[in-house]
Amino acid sequence: MKKTAFIGALTVAGLMAGAAAAATLDDVKARGKLNCGVNTGLAGFSAPNASGEWEGFDVAMCRAVAGAIFGDGTAVEFVPTTGKTRFTALASGEVDMLSRVTTWTFSRDVDLKFSFAAVTYYDGQGFLAPKSLGVSSAKELDGATVCIQTGTTTELNLADFFRKNNMSYEPVPVETNAEGQQQYLAGACDVYTTDASGLAATRATFENPGDHVVLPEIISKEPLTPLVRHGDDEWGDVVRQTMFALIAAEELGITSANIDALSATPGNNPEINRLLGTEGNLGEMLGLSADWAKNAIKVGGNYGEIFETTIGENTAIGLARGLNALWTDGGLQYAPPFR
Amino acid sequence: MSNTHADTVLFVRDTMLPQQDPPSSTIGAIGWAKENLFSGWINSILTLVSLAFVLFLLAGLLPWLFSPTWSMNSLTECRELLAGDHGACWGVIRERWPQLMFGFYPSEMYWRPVLTIVLLFVAIAPILFAERVPSKLLGFTAIFPFVAVWLLWGGTIWGPLMALLGFVVAYFVFGLADKYLTSALALIAAVVSALIWWGLISPLIEPALSSALPIGLETVDSRQFGGFMLSITIGVTAIMCSLPIGILLALGRQSDLPLVKAICVGFIEFIRGVPLITLLFIASTLLNIFLPPGTNFDIILRVMIMVTLFASAYMAEVIRGGLAALPKGQYEGADSLGLDYWQAQRLIIMPQALKISIPGIVSTFIGVFKDTTLVSIISMFDPLGLANAIRADQSWNGIYWELFIFIGVVFFIFCFSMSRYSMYLERKLQTGH
Repeated sequence: MKKTAFIGALTVAGLMAGAAAAATLDDVKARGKLNCGVNTGLAGFSAPNASGEWEGFDVAMCRAVAGAIFGDGTAVEFVPTTGKTRFTALASGEVDMLSRVTTWTFSRDVDLKFSFAAVTYYDGQGFLAPKSLGVSSAKELDGATVCIQTGTTTELNLADFFRKNNMSYEPVPVETNAEGQQQYLAGACDVYTTDASGLAATRATFENPGDHVVLPEIISKEPLTPLVRHGDDEWGDVVRQTMFALIAAEELGITSANIDALSATPGNNPEINRLLGTEGNLGEMLGLSADWAKNAIKVGGNYGEIFETTIGENTAIGLARGLNALWTDGGLQYAPPFR
Repeated sequence: MSNTHADTVLFVRDTMLPQQDPPSSTIGAIGWAKENLFSGWINSILTLVSLAFVLFLLAGLLPWLFSPTWSMNSLTECRELLAGDHGACWGVIRERWPQLMFGFYPSEMYWRPVLTIVLLFVAIAPILFAERVPSKLLGFTAIFPFVAVWLLWGGTIWGPLMALLGFVVAYFVFGLADKYLTSALALIAAVVSALIWWGLISPLIEPALSSALPIGLETVDSRQFGGFMLSITIGVTAIMCSLPIGILLALGRQSDLPLVKAICVGFIEFIRGVPLITLLFIASTLLNIFLPPGTNFDIILRVMIMVTLFASAYMAEVIRGGLAALPKGQYEGADSLGLDYWQAQRLIIMPQALKISIPGIVSTFIGVFKDTTLVSIISMFDPLGLANAIRADQSWNGIYWELFIFIGVVFFIFCFSMSRYSMYLERKLQTGH
């Protein structure tokens, strides 16, 4: 009898713990706003504009999730986080999701207990060198002085790369990307190394970008991924499937221009119908409305449109799609089927 | 008599010559230059070399500083306008001026922080310039903190009013209890009654009042605070609160009561032994983990408390220096006059000790004000944090010196004014001969 009561109590406790952990989506809905952790300022990814509105690639991901939940891309409270405060902000519940150029690594996934949703940007560490240095490959950098941000994974990658290739280098430690730009332009170091997206953004700000090249070698893998806390899979699914919806929309040719027409009546393509909620009950399974994906896509367009307007080749950042092209175009962006 | 003056010299002047101006080469600008800049050939050479260096610097700096880029909308436009010349791109200051001043505070409510700072000057005037401003204004000084909180954060007027009433309750309880009990017990009674007011009574009646009479301003979230407004809010709070707390800690450290002394020494040494950044991290991240989920403990309030504690520990040591510099005779004199402890502190010890400590106190103030920029590390948008965010905008990516020069100049104005005021105060209180 006692044993049964004990097991019963355990079950109740377990259920309650499950309910408490699974409440993120309900919390967000009750609050009426999504709390999204973003970078305090990174060109192209997240930055406040002159009127204080947040803009950028990471920001667009937050807005898409808010769109999926509320049908309103402005129902987001952006919580700026630094590299030092981001994980505590997520773990303590200050933010519901973190969309802040965060590399998906083993230890962050397993040890820090976060769930990574879906890779939104495949990045890698590269080198920026002045043309006058006359190098065409990172393997010719033996003995070079390298500007490097301290305390980042890039520092470790750099050491690995030079060790693997039997080369020596002299590090010039810098604290921030802005300081790195200044040191590099002042000639304090021969080459500057950080994520390739950052290098492209940096180079775009130079007075004469043509005098500098990003060397072809990419020496590390940096899959930048939005993340949520462990233990609330329903919420993790919402974030993950929203990312996939954006990618699938590009693959299926759904754009912000034709989405209204496509979602008005069921068309010939069943997958589009299921995604936009004119057929099936995918939204209901997620705990959202039937037109969740339509709302998410309408906020900033599909993945390709977001990419083009925030960091793409027509922006000042000028990043090519590269690895971030759809799998059908030779890239890595691939969304599981919507069925 | 042959030794008298009139007999030994042939002529004696009997009228004074009128005083003449010094030679023109020793006065005015020429005289000054001759004495200070060209007093020998080594000095002359050094003067010329320095002059050439200053001119060289100015020749490089002035064209850069005075570049006609005020109306530009992006770094690219600046570069097109300058066409290869070096020049600052001041358009960023024009475009982001409101942001650097107020952060993300809603622009239609800018009058609130502006009014707050005007009222701040009114409130501190009777303290800073006691002899020129009527002391009746001190009443306003007492209620200013509550007015400021209400203006900046908005909400109904009842919250700050209830907090203020807590002090009033404490005051009356103290006055009443002082007649029947010892002053220490009366003080405890006052504190307890204020805590009861804040903890039990006001949470009961405040919501009722707020819903019955919703007089108030639109609420502004702490996250929307930023720029110099944030620095000044944190800095002024820390400065205002750290002085009284610091005085109490300094006195506590010299106390004969072992418990009081141990608490004060422990607090001072602990806080001074820890970097401010650590305290800020505790405020921003550790507290989040310890507090129950869903607790909304305002981040600016947390930071203010930490910065105040930090400043108080330093202030206590500065004031202890002033206390130590007083001759023992002053303490004994106070005792022999029959003054009790608080009277002696108020009338004899503190006026002298604080006067001695003015330079140290003001430099602690200046340090605290500049330390507020550290909050950018815990992702609050103080001016330096904003500079980073502004640079991340695609229009301004690549801007560097302009923002930092601007922020530096504004900080210099604040800190230099504080330093000049402290010198004025020292001169005013000068009683030596």
